Amino acid sequence: MTINSPRSNNRARRVWLAFLCLSLLLILFAIGLPGVDGGLAHAAEASTSDVADAPTYLPAPKLTAADYPTIKGVNSRIAVWLAAQLHLWFAAFVLAVPIFVFIIEAIGMATRDKRYDNMAYEFIKVSITAYSFTAILGGLLTFLLVLFYPHLFQYMSTIFKESMFYYALLFFLESATLYLYYYGWHWLQGEFRKWVHLSLGLLLNAVGTLLMFLANAWVTFMMSPAGVDPAGVFSGDAWAAIHNFLWNPINLHRVIANIAYGGSIVGAYAAFKFLSARKPEQRAHYDWMGYNANFIAISALLPLPFAGYYLTAEIYAYSQQMGITLMGGVFAWLFIIQAVLIGTLFLSANYYLWCGMGRSDGAVRYHKYIKYLAIVIVGAFLVWFTPHTLVLTNEELKALGGPYHKYLGPLGIMPAKNTAVNIMILFTTLSFIFYRRANKVATVSWASAGNAIQIALFTAGILNIFFLGIYHGYFTNTVYKVAASIPQVLTTLTIIVSSTIIDSLMYRGAKEVAPLHWGRVSDRSQYALFLLAVAFTWLMGLMGYIRSGIRQHWHVTNVFRDASPDAFTPGLGYAANVVSVGTILFMAMVIFVFWIADVSGRKTPTDAYWKTPSA
Amino acid sequence: MKNFLKVLCFSLLVITLFAGYANYGIPQIEPALPPVEEKLELGTMTMEKFIKLGERLYNGKGTCTLCHNPTGGRAPLLASAATVAAERLQDTRYQGKASSVVDYLYESMVEPSAYVVSGFGKAGSNDTESPMPNVAANGIDLSDAELKAIIAYLQDLAGADVTVSIPTDAAPTEAKEETANPPPTPRTALDTPAAIIAKFTCGACHKVADQVGAVGPDLTTIGATRDKAYLRRSLLDPNADAAAGFMAGMMPNIYSEQMSAKELEMLVDYLAGLK
Repeated sequence: MTINSPRSNNRARRVWLAFLCLSLLLILFAIGLPGVDGGLAHAAEASTSDVADAPTYLPAPKLTAADYPTIKGVNSRIAVWLAAQLHLWFAAFVLAVPIFVFIIEAIGMATRDKRYDNMAYEFIKVSITAYSFTAILGGLLTFLLVLFYPHLFQYMSTIFKESMFYYALLFFLESATLYLYYYGWHWLQGEFRKWVHLSLGLLLNAVGTLLMFLANAWVTFMMSPAGVDPAGVFSGDAWAAIHNFLWNPINLHRVIANIAYGGSIVGAYAAFKFLSARKPEQRAHYDWMGYNANFIAISALLPLPFAGYYLTAEIYAYSQQMGITLMGGVFAWLFIIQAVLIGTLFLSANYYLWCGMGRSDGAVRYHKYIKYLAIVIVGAFLVWFTPHTLVLTNEELKALGGPYHKYLGPLGIMPAKNTAVNIMILFTTLSFIFYRRANKVATVSWASAGNAIQIALFTAGILNIFFLGIYHGYFTNTVYKVAASIPQVLTTLTIIVSSTIIDSLMYRGAKEVAPLHWGRVSDRSQYALFLLAVAFTWLMGLMGYIRSGIRQHWHVTNVFRDASPDAFTPGLGYAANVVSVGTILFMAMVIFVFWIADVSGRKTPTDAYWKTPSA
Repeated sequence: MKNFLKVLCFSLLVITLFAGYANYGIPQIEPALPPVEEKLELGTMTMEKFIKLGERLYNGKGTCTLCHNPTGGRAPLLASAATVAAERLQDTRYQGKASSVVDYLYESMVEPSAYVVSGFGKAGSNDTESPMPNVAANGIDLSDAELKAIIAYLQDLAGADVTVSIPTDAAPTEAKEETANPPPTPRTALDTPAAIIAKFTCGACHKVADQVGAVGPDLTTIGATRDKAYLRRSLLDPNADAAAGFMAGMMPNIYSEQMSAKELEMLVDYLAGLK
């Protein structure tokens, strides 16, 4: 335990207070100025002279292909696409890591277990180099936009000039907080100093999230423009443009997805270190780290489909046309690829948990259930993966009697897929419950009753999910087919929350029957963590393509038409190839980040090189 | 280093599998190209051409079939829209200002909430608000002439008398569009049947020339059983005589617009000679 002198404590207090005041001032400055995003509510009170002085805005320009600068040998769309996607991958990672680092640090403080503090430090160390990549790629993206799409950039910056200006300024605060948080980790230890450090983590997350929300506003404005008239003339209300229809659904979806993604990337880091470790204690440390990273990824992955559903429902609510383009047009097949990827994520996360049960001899009790869990999860995956309409040759069409298969066709509709994904989530929860119980036996007097309640909860919930899916899917008309989604989601969430609470209470003070041997896990299981990271990265790239693609030939939906030679929507295969190239580039950069984090801890003996100082 | 290479190979393998599945595991459907504005020659247009234009807009630029189709169930089918219009005008739920069938159909496209067919309103609106956008704006931007062409098509589709009149001039919005996005220069007509077959990708579905498509009828000896009139009709209106054993509606109805008369006749002659 670190003992701090009163003098150093006072100095730390002064530094902290000064920093906090400065940060608060900057934030207030950013959101409170009249005429700036947050202060635009005052616009209505503007005087007549203000109105007279108000700037007039031009409609969105009508461009021709000649208005788009080109560079010989460079495809401008692919260049911007890759820069934007790489920036987003790194940004997602560096925004997510501080969220769970903050939580892990707080857990360490609450439990006074130094291992948590060390792990949190190692996580943030990995994100430091990634932070530089994020900034470099953000700069590259801006240059490419200015270079290849100058009119679009000018139009966007006219509407979002304040938020872009303060976005850039906020980076100073973000960087200062991050560097202080990382480099001050070992300095800010001990009672008060640790609280200061934790508060820095909170501030870092607040600024990071604010930055992401601002950038999300620009992206969602292009999808669901607000604050402009049909010709694209800006009303002057920047808050309306920021607070557009899809802003909050994207904000929610990205926060959750970022956490899952960040967990998967640091999981890959831990797996890499585990495979490279030579000493048993190193293997134990990185095994434990990998487990925690996987836990973070799964915890965020479970609610992610619901956030995705909310986003999709809001897209439909904003524009039925956009919704149908998303789900019923050429992109419909993309969701089959998405099903394969999400199925991969669930299967690899479950596989890792099942392998992890080998850490404790007490897990033998649950081995017999694993095969059933695997069958159900694979079955649910296959239902999710089943397409509704089949593309067939004429002979096949004749043999089948139509484009829908007699048995598989009904499994292709949304209620069947919703049922499958809810079942997949519930059985992943079951995997986790078994894993948690592997080395313990509940000692509370109501343990049998608790188990019975959990069994009843799962049974009733699963039956309810099936009933809702079958009834709404096959016994109501089309309009009500998706009506089952929300009650199904609520059922799943109720089961997860209730069973977690019951399990936590039941296993409080539980007896450890067989200790967990960290490091006693197969190398094969570590590849499940890599699979998780690669599949996540690829999936994010694919979903980035569709999010952007549903605008079709518009820079800003229905307001600012894309007249460039690349205005057409690329096909799935083409998009998959671009995403694959991006994923390879990203993984190469990430491996470099891992390597740099590793190098920073290495030391080469140099006694013979340096001159010995004379006494 | 060994682990690094193993991890690298594993990651590349996973990425390759995903890319391979996306390229070869699912059908490759190329999204439609962005719509190109065209100058309407209204002064010389016959009603038959006007109806054809309406059909093209209905299936293309108007994006009507996105929702008004038998599989989605998201919007009412419009096969009898022109004949039920008179009843709608008398319905107590009708909120619009139209007094004729033509006005009603026009209003339903620019103010869709004037009358919402039961069961097709926005959720929670009790069928008082339509989810359909105003198709004269919202990025669809149909002009007055285009809206009237769709009305002509809907009246013809319902078997009713076509009472809408052909406007004398295209709407100003179209002229503006034309200035901003000049139509592409006419392409030079292709000069061999092989070039036409390649250009219009006939071989993707048909067995013809050196192509081996299997979705549509085999054309290698089509001239032995079909005459030129039949072949010409099949190209201009593919659903007029769907070949036995093949579903109607599979072949795109676009060649009358995209193929020049010279190309059409050259292709008909070529096919008729395949015996």
